[in-house]
Amino acid sequence: MIQLEYLLIISAVMLFAGIYGFFTRKSTLAMLLSIELMLNAADINFAVFNRMLFPDGHEGYFFAIFGIAIAAAESAIAIAIMINIYRMLKNISVDELKQMKW
Amino acid sequence: MDSHNIMFVILAVIILISSVATVVSKSIIRAATYLLFVLLGTAGLYFLLGYTFLGSVQIMVYAGGIIVLYVFSILLTSGQQEKLNRVYLMKKIAVGMSCIAGLGIFIAMFFKQQFLATALSAPSESDASFLSIEEIGKHMLSTGEGGFLLPFEAVSILLLACIVGGLIIARKR
Repeated sequence: MIQLEYLLIISAVMLFAGIYGFFTRKSTLAMLLSIELMLNAADINFAVFNRMLFPDGHEGYFFAIFGIAIAAAESAIAIAIMINIYRMLKNISVDELKQMKW
Repeated sequence: MDSHNIMFVILAVIILISSVATVVSKSIIRAATYLLFVLLGTAGLYFLLGYTFLGSVQIMVYAGGIIVLYVFSILLTSGQQEKLNRVYLMKKIAVGMSCIAGLGIFIAMFFKQQFLATALSAPSESDASFLSIEEIGKHMLSTGEGGFLLPFEAVSILLLACIVGGLIIARKR
């Protein structure tokens, strides 16, 4: 049987994989991929708590949709910044990013 | 074991393996591909919960839009491999140990919490949680109880700001 805990464990593993990637990656794009993992884990939790604990309400459902929209906006802006950094420095590693002025 | 549980196990294995592979794989383009599998597995979980519209949004926006954007930008900015050195390896081990410790604490808390929820049943249209497209539209655009007009408009302003900001930041100068 599918218990609530099993779904939460899936999202917890996804969240900690994201945290690990965010701390160990050097490329800014790989760090962004880790951020997507963490946001996705939060969306799963919204939907799962809504479905399993409060099936009459719809708050978690709608905020998962808004969370997806915000994640899309965030990654579009972040990728625009990455491409601009690449034009300036020919590199997107965090070691090379000493100045954020352009 | 009915088909509902079997699908859950398959999706769980795909998500767990792919999400770890996303952060440990050496090549960044492979990491993006593993992330695609994580997002598709998540969409499968939403379908399993009975939230079909949410699963479709996940596939269209995440798997269809964001991953394509990532793959393009990875190809634009040279997918070079990451280099390792001694200090970096020590940092990796420390972060990995603390992540595993945090995960252990989380899982212990989940089982200690004693949630009231019963086991997940197969989704059907007679559930209280079932939402048709018509109901979703009414919830999105109503201001009364159960209405989400304010976050809806906030997200639309955010997306407009994102379009303008993306154009300004990424333009050639």
